[in-house]
Parts: sequence; C-alpha cells; structure tokens
Amino acid sequence: MESEKIPAVDKEIRKWGTKHESLIQVLHGTQESLGYLPEEVLTYIAKKMNVSLSKIYGVVTFYNFFKLTKDAEHVITTCLGTACYVKGGEAILNALCNRLDIKPNEITKDGRFTVRTVRCVGCCGFAPVMVVDGKDIHGKLTPETAIDILEKYM
Amino acid sequence: MKTYRIHALVCAGTQCLAAGGNGFKDALVEELKQHGLTEEVLIVETGCMGSCQLGPRMVVYPEGIMYTRLSPEDAKEIVEEDFLKGRPVTRLLWKQDEKQFLTLHETPFFAKQTRIVLRNCGFINPEDITECIAQGGYESLARCITEMTPKDVIKIIKDSGLRGRGGAGFPTGLKWELANKQISDTKYIICNADEGDPGAYMNRSVLEGDPHSVLEGMAIAGYAVGAQKGFIYIRAEYPLAIKRLEIAIKQARMSGLLGKGILGTNFSFDVELRMGAGAFVCGEETALINSTEGKRGEPRKKPPYPVESGLFGKPTVINNVETLANVSVIIEKGADFFRQFGTDKSPGTKAFSLVGKVNIAGLIEVPLGTPLRTIVFDIGGGIPEGHTFKAAQTGGPSGGVIPAKHLDIPMDYENLPQLGAIMGSGGLIVMDETSCMVDVAKFFLKFTVDESCGKCVPCREGTRQMLNILEKITSGLGTMEDLDLLEKLGNVIKQTSLCGLGQTAPNPVLSTLRHFRDEYIAHVKDKVCPANVCSMKAKK
Repeated sequence: MESEKIPAVDKEIRKWGTKHESLIQVLHGTQESLGYLPEEVLTYIAKKMNVSLSKIYGVVTFYNFFKLTKDAEHVITTCLGTACYVKGGEAILNALCNRLDIKPNEITKDGRFTVRTVRCVGCCGFAPVMVVDGKDIHGKLTPETAIDILEKYM
Repeated sequence: MKTYRIHALVCAGTQCLAAGGNGFKDALVEELKQHGLTEEVLIVETGCMGSCQLGPRMVVYPEGIMYTRLSPEDAKEIVEEDFLKGRPVTRLLWKQDEKQFLTLHETPFFAKQTRIVLRNCGFINPEDITECIAQGGYESLARCITEMTPKDVIKIIKDSGLRGRGGAGFPTGLKWELANKQISDTKYIICNADEGDPGAYMNRSVLEGDPHSVLEGMAIAGYAVGAQKGFIYIRAEYPLAIKRLEIAIKQARMSGLLGKGILGTNFSFDVELRMGAGAFVCGEETALINSTEGKRGEPRKKPPYPVESGLFGKPTVINNVETLANVSVIIEKGADFFRQFGTDKSPGTKAFSLVGKVNIAGLIEVPLGTPLRTIVFDIGGGIPEGHTFKAAQTGGPSGGVIPAKHLDIPMDYENLPQLGAIMGSGGLIVMDETSCMVDVAKFFLKFTVDESCGKCVPCREGTRQMLNILEKITSGLGTMEDLDLLEKLGNVIKQTSLCGLGQTAPNPVLSTLRHFRDEYIAHVKDKVCPANVCSMKAKK
C-alpha cells in the first residue's frame, strides 16, 4: 500500500481498537482522511483487525456512506426528502445534472463535480435544499438559484 | 459571576446556520466590539428555536424580543437601535396576517405549543453544561441515584404512561421493567438517534439544542435497569449533533455526571457514540444492534427481544431520543404532571417537524391528541399562496396520509392507525392540491426499494413489484386490476416481512389507495393525473 495511507488507518485503529465492533467507526475515520476506501486500504484493515476482507467488503457495500472509488472534487448533494420533494427537489436535481451534463451519481469528465441525492438532511424548513461538499447547506432553492450556486464552484 | 445587561440568543441550529446564521453572528460580534458593548452584551449560541423557516433568528433578553430572517447587514441597526437605545427594530419582527409580534410567546406559532422535550432548545447554550445544570439538568439523575430504588424509578415512568416516541409507542416503563428483571452482569442502554424518516428532524434538534437531556435520560434508564454502559447510535448525516454530543459527554464526565461512581455514589454509567453509515433500516432496533456491533445492519429475528438478548447478546434497552428527553422531567415533576398533557392512553407531548406546504415550517411540540387542524392552521399558519390543504403525511415511508375531511383527527397513538396512518417519529408533511397522491406513494416506495436491506423476500421483491405497478399507473398504462393487485401484494408484504421496515413499507400505497382511490382511478381510466404531476407518457 502507498505508504502515505498507512498513518491514516493506523490512527483510527489506535483510537478505536481492533475489536470487530469498531469496524464501522474505523472505516468512517479512514474515509474521512482519505476521501474513499481503496481496496489496498481495506486489505490492510482486514489484516490489522483480523477480519476477513469479504466481511469488510460486505459492510462497506451495505452502507451508502462508504465509497470504494475516488470522489469528485466537489460533491453536490440534493435532498429528496419528503419536504424537499413536495417543494420541487427533483427539479433542482435535474437542473444541476443538465448543467453539468451528467446523470445523478456520475462524475464529470474532468473529475470536478458529481451530483448525488440524499434522503433528508433535516433542513426541511428551508426546502428544497442542497449541500455542497458535505458542509455548505443552501436552502429555499429554485433551479436558477441552484445553478448560480453551482457556478460559483466552477 | 459576571453579569450582562443583555443576553442575545442566536440560533445555531443546522437550519439557521444554513440560512446564514454564522454570518449574522460574526457581524454582531464585530458591531458589539465597535460600540464597546462586549462587556454588556452576551451572545449565546443556542440550538433550534423552532420556526426554522424564519431563520436565522435571535431572541434578545431581558425583554425576549425576537428578530427573524436576519442578515449580516442587520447587525448594526440592532446594536444601535435596540442594544443602545432600547428601541426594537420593528422591520425585523415576526409578521403574520398583518400583525407583528414582539416576542416568541405572543406568536400563534408558539401559543398553542407545550414544550417538555424542547424545554431548553433555543434557550441554553448546548455546548456549556453549566447552562443546562442551571435549568435543573441532572437534578433528576441525582435524585434517582441517591433517594430512589430502581423499582421506584420504573414505577414513576410506568405511572406516567410514557410511550416510545420512535413511532411504535411501546410503554417505556414496561420495557425498563422487563430489562430490570433480566439476570445478567452486563446490560446496555442504546439511544436510537438514527432519525431516518425523510422530512423529520425532531431528534436532531433535541441533540443539537439540549444534548444533556438525552444523556441524563440514558443514565436514569441505566440506573433503572442495571446497565453501566450506553451507546448513542446516530446518523452520520448529523455532523453538528455529533459534535455537540461529543462536547456534552466530555463535560458530563468532567463534572462527575457520567463515568465511575456518579456523584460519589456507587452507580457508574458511561456513554459512547456510534456513527451510522447511511442505512435507513438501521433505525429498526435489531438492525441497529447489528450495526452497533460493526456488522451489516440487517435485522434479526424476534424473539428474542433486545431486552432479553440484544447488544453482544446482553439485555438491552433501546429508546428513542425524544423518549429519553422526557424522562428527567417525569422524575422531577411526577407522573401526574406528565399526565396533565395529552390523552389517557397517550399522555404527554409529541414533537413534530411540521414541513412541506405550510406557511410557518418548523419544529413544534404539542400535547398528544391535538387536532391536526390546530397544528396545520393555528401553529403552521395554514397553506401558502392561496392553495388548499389536501393531505398531511405522517410516519415517513412507514406511514400514511390524512386527507382534508379528517383534519379534526386527534394526533395520537390510537386515532391515527384507524385512518391507516401512524404516529411515527414525528415527521408531518403538509401537501396541497399540487401534490399527486399516486406520485407520493411512488416516492415512498422508491425509498423503501432503495433502503430494503435485501434479507427477506417479501420486502426485497414485493416492494419492487409494487413500485413497478405504480410506474405503470403513473405513465398511463395501469389497469383496474393493478389497483387490486397493489392492495393484495401490500397486505402480503405487511404480514410476511421480517422487520418493521417491510411490515410497514406498503402503508403509503395502501393509505393513498384508501383515501384517494379516485386519483388512482383517474390515472387508470381517464389516463390523466389530476394534480398534473405524472408525465403519463403513454397517454392515448
């Protein structure tokens, strides 16, 4: 494994220990440092925690949160929770996808953007909502304002 | 202790921050410096104050003047007019139906609410344990472990009639009693903070605004059942709640309110956080247990129930965030106090996130049994832009719709199921005539198809088939037989699925079929979507 990835994993294992119950927390921490969970990292975790790789693969693929491949530079998440849905969340999703010429979950050719959907970020008072890079929440959107926000990152 | 002339409570809940609350706070700090008021005005960052749609918000004490929809540019005027001259900035006050309201308590939004669970949300700084303690936090825990036996504690909770607020409404006192009777050297308390229903954020607001109320409830539960360890299983999608919980746990440990020998007694209890990873099914208690053990979050067979064999095979009590937040109030004020609110079979209050097509969307708390009409029209201020109320949806993907003719239904655990809806965890989504009920059903089915864990066939395959039929209907290819088939299939899935997810997944379809069959028929026979939502591509 590329040596720069090892400290990130070791740090999490030190924090959470090698008991099997810590697996999800270790994966969380590792993904936070590396951005995704490449195969070599999972193999390393399997060895360190004494869990079979297939078990780890089973866990990683069960949960939506974990990613096996590298993400786009900017991840735009549109909320399709019920409140956003009744207030036009789908139109926001479509506008963003059209502007970037991708389908949901695809990454643009230059690797800079992807558009995903989420099942509720709990900002229903500001529906419809989108989140950029997991932290910047924008609410009360129209397709036009959503595009304006997207263009600031382009 | 330092005293201040003015306390400015700035909402730092996720939604107000999303609306630009931080920008306003920074501007306010700057203005206070410029005017030399930093020694006179204290800024307190609180959790959610409730009327999220009007954020970012600030309440200024001692008067309690509330300002809404704040932007950084407003800071200067508030400092110069209100803080220095004592004149409220009227243009920033709450306005509704051509009236303006100076304080939160005067607004119709607040007047019909009863706040037990949300008692501290929006009024204290959740990142400072001393503010919580000043409001009486941890007093109930102290009383329990110094003056009461576990049986006394269980008796009060049983007498109060508190029912699980996660949705199913199981009596909390009974659950604790069952766990108490188990003989085991190790028992666990788990707080279910995997609030997964779309359109629901009550738990997030409590955790962000008053995390200690939940920690205290867990410790009391631990004392009652004989557990020394608790876990909070929380969604990874709630970073701010996670941060505030981490701070709260640390401060509680440092104050001797969590950890070994709490308050010098021989009762020990500690809490750890476990982050979920984006699987809706993990809100189901046995799936949650598997996930807490680091495994795939697939549900287990019941029995054995978690109170007999739960986390790591040990007796485990799993309570929802809101349930636990009620506990210390019941201990402090007694079962009779709690029973003053709500109905005989559903005592107490319930928090709802009132969202969708409603004028004032936000977090509310009302006595159980409050009519839906009061919630939507008095508290929520009715439907915006001249539209009309069509239905309210409760219980998320496990719930159903309440049509306009049942607007006077009391919202409680007994009445909602009679309409084919459920209480659920508290998401309350208001829809107007622009929503198509077939499309709403399809929306929820898509959700459950995505979130079905795949372990049992009825849920995995059945929901997929139901979705296919709905796709057919919404594209204009449906037949009348399809409607019967939907009902038949729905009932089979309900009866034969392994866990709560599958057993309730058909509800949105069955409930819309029951109350809005006309709309389905219009899609099938006339090939039109009355709300003009469905594409009806295959229209003749």
